Amino acid sequence: MSILSPDVFIKKQIAAVQEYSILSGRAIADIFSRPRYWADIFTQMDSIGVGSLPIIILSGFFTGCVLALQSVTALKEFGAVSMTGSLVALSMVKELGPVLTGLMVSGRNAAGMASELGSMKVTEQIDAMRALGTDPIRKLVTPRLIATVFMLFFLTIIADFSGIVGGTLVAVNMLGLNASSYLHSSYSSLVHGDIVQGLTKPIFSGFIIATVGCFFGMRTTGGTQGVGRATTQAVVVSSVFIIIVDFIVTRLMIGIFGS
Amino acid sequence: MPEELSSPDSSSSTATVDSPASDAPVVQFEDVSIGFGGKPVLQEISFSVERGQTLVLLGPAGCGKSVLLKLANGLLKSDSGTIRVFGEEIDKLRRRELYALRARIGMVFQESALFDSLDVEDNVAYRLHEEQVPEAEAHARVVEALKFVELEAAIDKFPSELSGGMRRRVSIARAIISNPDLILYDSPTGGLDPITSTTIIELVMKQRDVWHTTSLVVTHRLQDAFILAANRFDPATGGMKHLPKDGPDHGIDEGMKFLLLNEGKIVFHGTTEELVRSDDPWVKRYLE
Repeated sequence: MSILSPDVFIKKQIAAVQEYSILSGRAIADIFSRPRYWADIFTQMDSIGVGSLPIIILSGFFTGCVLALQSVTALKEFGAVSMTGSLVALSMVKELGPVLTGLMVSGRNAAGMASELGSMKVTEQIDAMRALGTDPIRKLVTPRLIATVFMLFFLTIIADFSGIVGGTLVAVNMLGLNASSYLHSSYSSLVHGDIVQGLTKPIFSGFIIATVGCFFGMRTTGGTQGVGRATTQAVVVSSVFIIIVDFIVTRLMIGIFGS
Repeated sequence: MPEELSSPDSSSSTATVDSPASDAPVVQFEDVSIGFGGKPVLQEISFSVERGQTLVLLGPAGCGKSVLLKLANGLLKSDSGTIRVFGEEIDKLRRRELYALRARIGMVFQESALFDSLDVEDNVAYRLHEEQVPEAEAHARVVEALKFVELEAAIDKFPSELSGGMRRRVSIARAIISNPDLILYDSPTGGLDPITSTTIIELVMKQRDVWHTTSLVVTHRLQDAFILAANRFDPATGGMKHLPKDGPDHGIDEGMKFLLLNEGKIVFHGTTEELVRSDDPWVKRYLE
């Protein structure tokens, strides 16, 4: 691999950001004009939404379980064991549910998109699509964008719910807490702002997963090795972006809702 | 730079491309240059292809033949110069107009580029499905196109189940399904054995002589080019036959032209006869 000079490296990065912005802008613009590929949208929804359900339920459930176990140990020292339900619910809804769901779907679907589109790119299928008069952004990127944003929203709700159920089961069966007071504490601690914050994040995460996955897929070069590289880059970049955007959205939401 | 990420959007623009005057060249390149990573690939290329003409692009591997074909279809954008297809300056077309223009162009890719998740019927009918042609009509047209390439038995197979030659024939069927006004063949015989190559060249010839479609044929195999020049499709036998030497064409299809490229520059542009009589030392060496 050749070593790039700093100016060439910076120019390449700026060009990549420009290409990513153009791709994202077009994918969004294509939502509002015909033709729309509904069959592709529903296929992607099935693949992203239904396909990710098991890992989202399992990761959400066990995160809730661990959270309950860990927080009880810490809260005991302050005599605030009764706050366990509140802590688990707030952590799951505001932070862990959205971020974990984003990261899990990123690992599964950003990789899938990059490898699928990357394979199509290196075998000239994307060029063939363009030569046949079909806009690949409209046909390949926009359906994935719509499906990911839409399904990630509901997957996050399922992850939040699984986490709260997991936390409740551990708190009641392993730690001997009262189920009613645990659930009451969980419910009463959640306010409107928390829900809005928790459900705003998957919209951004979904956008990042779809656009980054498709971007790296559509600029793949270098045969099968290039497909592997694009897949890795898609997962790494989308995961990092999700965490960065999570911080920015959290700060914005604290500014809006005050907590 | 790929057109995909560089040309301006025009969601609201009309998607019509007017037909040019019938005497205007179908494809016209004027001083076209393109390079990748600072390295020139094509330099000041100028030529034109008239209606019904077949232009064979010859040259050693890596001389820019496929790039030239992609430029003609707007899949790549030139760095400088003007490319007109059907009288439209393709670098200035908006995204929708470009896709509308491509509906009139068929393209056969080097490695077939069939959609591997679709079966042969859906691959061939791809353009018809995009145009929302009724299913029954689309099926009938697919069968007709597959009959043209003598592959109707493979209609429900997937690309992975086909041989290289069969994939190339499906690719030709996909390119001709909408009766395009221009067909671009990117090394249609590349990587195939001699017998299969001849079958593919026969299909190119059939399309040329039956439908008189304007074509650009990229190849690095001289024998393919000369088979095309010295034969014509015979509908009676369903195969090709030599043009008679005592006929009006003197055994060579005069409607066919050759363009030889070397290191991104045009070395020769002319008829078959001019090619074989060329005094250019590089051309002579290449033909030997």
